[in-house]
Amino acid sequence: MTSPLARRVLSGERNAVARAIRLLDDREPAGAEVLRELWSAAAGARVVGVTGPPGAGKSTLVDCLIEAFRARGERVGVAAVDPSSPFTGGAILGDRIRMQRHAADDGVFIRSLATRGHLGGLSASTLDVLAVLAAAGFRTLILETVGVGQDEVEVNRVADSVLLVVAPGAGDAVQTLKAGVMEIAHVFAVNKADQPGADQVARDIEQLLAYREHGPGRADPGAAAGWIPPVVSSVAVEGRGIPELLEALDRHAGWLRSSGEERRRHRERARVAIVEQLRGRLDDALDARLPGRLDEAAARVADGASDPHAEAEALWAELSS
Amino acid sequence: MAETTRKIRVLIAKPGLDGHDVGAKILCRALMDAGMEVIYGGLRQAPAAIARTARDEAVDVLGLSILSGAHLPLCRKVAAELAAVGRADLVWLVGGNIPRRDHAALRELGVKGIFPTGSAFDEVVAFIRAEVRP
Ligand SMILES: Nc1nc2c(ncn2[C@@H]2O[C@H](COP(=O)(O)OP(=O)(O)OP(=O)(O)O)[C@@H](O)[C@H]2O)c(=O)[nH]1
Ligand SMILES: [Mg+2]
Repeated sequence: MTSPLARRVLSGERNAVARAIRLLDDREPAGAEVLRELWSAAAGARVVGVTGPPGAGKSTLVDCLIEAFRARGERVGVAAVDPSSPFTGGAILGDRIRMQRHAADDGVFIRSLATRGHLGGLSASTLDVLAVLAAAGFRTLILETVGVGQDEVEVNRVADSVLLVVAPGAGDAVQTLKAGVMEIAHVFAVNKADQPGADQVARDIEQLLAYREHGPGRADPGAAAGWIPPVVSSVAVEGRGIPELLEALDRHAGWLRSSGEERRRHRERARVAIVEQLRGRLDDALDARLPGRLDEAAARVADGASDPHAEAEALWAELSS
Repeated sequence: MAETTRKIRVLIAKPGLDGHDVGAKILCRALMDAGMEVIYGGLRQAPAAIARTARDEAVDVLGLSILSGAHLPLCRKVAAELAAVGRADLVWLVGGNIPRRDHAALRELGVKGIFPTGSAFDEVVAFIRAEVRP
């Protein structure tokens, strides 16, 4: 082991964990070196993804899940993602305010992340951040995505189990259920069950699920069959429904193992991580070997003098010659 | 890796008992508009929790909003907690009802910038940009 920072992360030193995450989130070259020495120690951690429309109660539920996992003695890492402004690049990261009661617990590490222009509901660094937390001994990981609209479904590639949180009223539950987001859920939480309309939302979901069981077009054709997502009602602000949620998530974890689906998902995750790095390399190669050429090509395409396919073909030909 | 995506990270918190946080929230917004990543810690935070959050979030800047008049005892505790978590290096700002006569004592504790109620947000932004290494 050559990196002192990596060694400190592995021994669970929180300041080192925080700094390693920062390096990776900032895409500093030193981050990659640290990560290399952490990766094998990170393997095998459990990742629960929590997604759903803005304001549905994701953070409040995460707070409850932290509590429940801690009660079983598990060490919990949380990555909570909020959107960066596309105009200024700034962000207000407000998820952890709902989890403040865990601030003094050494068995909990909460890190707020901004999307920094990455699409899909996560930051580009999310996978790396989870790896650092896992390597530092936080073996139960919870990932809260940005409040999703319809196609921020990247969490499905990163998490073992995806909990989709919906609520009656604002953040129109049915709207969420229409598009791709519903397809990625392994467990549904109908949160704010103390509010009118919650029962109807739960019934709507059950109906859509029944249709999907028999209907065409599963989201992930490679996925093993045989998991029917449970629908759990919760009142996160009162801690109601949490044991049931935990039970559903645990059941899914068990099914992942027994069906072989876990293995497949982990490979898929690794594939995504590699492809993401390759994309970064491509950017670097364009900058270093064909400086300015992407801008020139972009101008031609924008002016209608050429098309994106032709320009990509030409750049690729030069890069690979 | 492609070029870095570094942003200035700021923790804004309100220690102590005063329950008024509109000013702190607007400041968060102003810092966000200036391109910074702002973690809002919320009301009534214990000094130890603030320091731990600053460490775990690897922030460059800690901003405390204190209206209660208890800034000296609170900042003494925060200074001790920051040292305990190994983050005495961060850029520490305090805003609120801070009389002039207390400025020297606060600076002694490690407070870098003092912004009495009514300070312009632009001033805070400019101060942070100057203090945080790029
Ligand atoms: N009545 C009621 N309110 C709730 C419940 N759960 C959460 N809330 C409230 O809903 C609001 C939003 O909760 P959050 O946990 O921040 O929701 P979120 O989905 O994380 O929001 P974003 O991260 O901004 O997308 C807060 O005011 C919570 O107190 C619940 O079960 N019942
Ligand atoms: Mg949230």
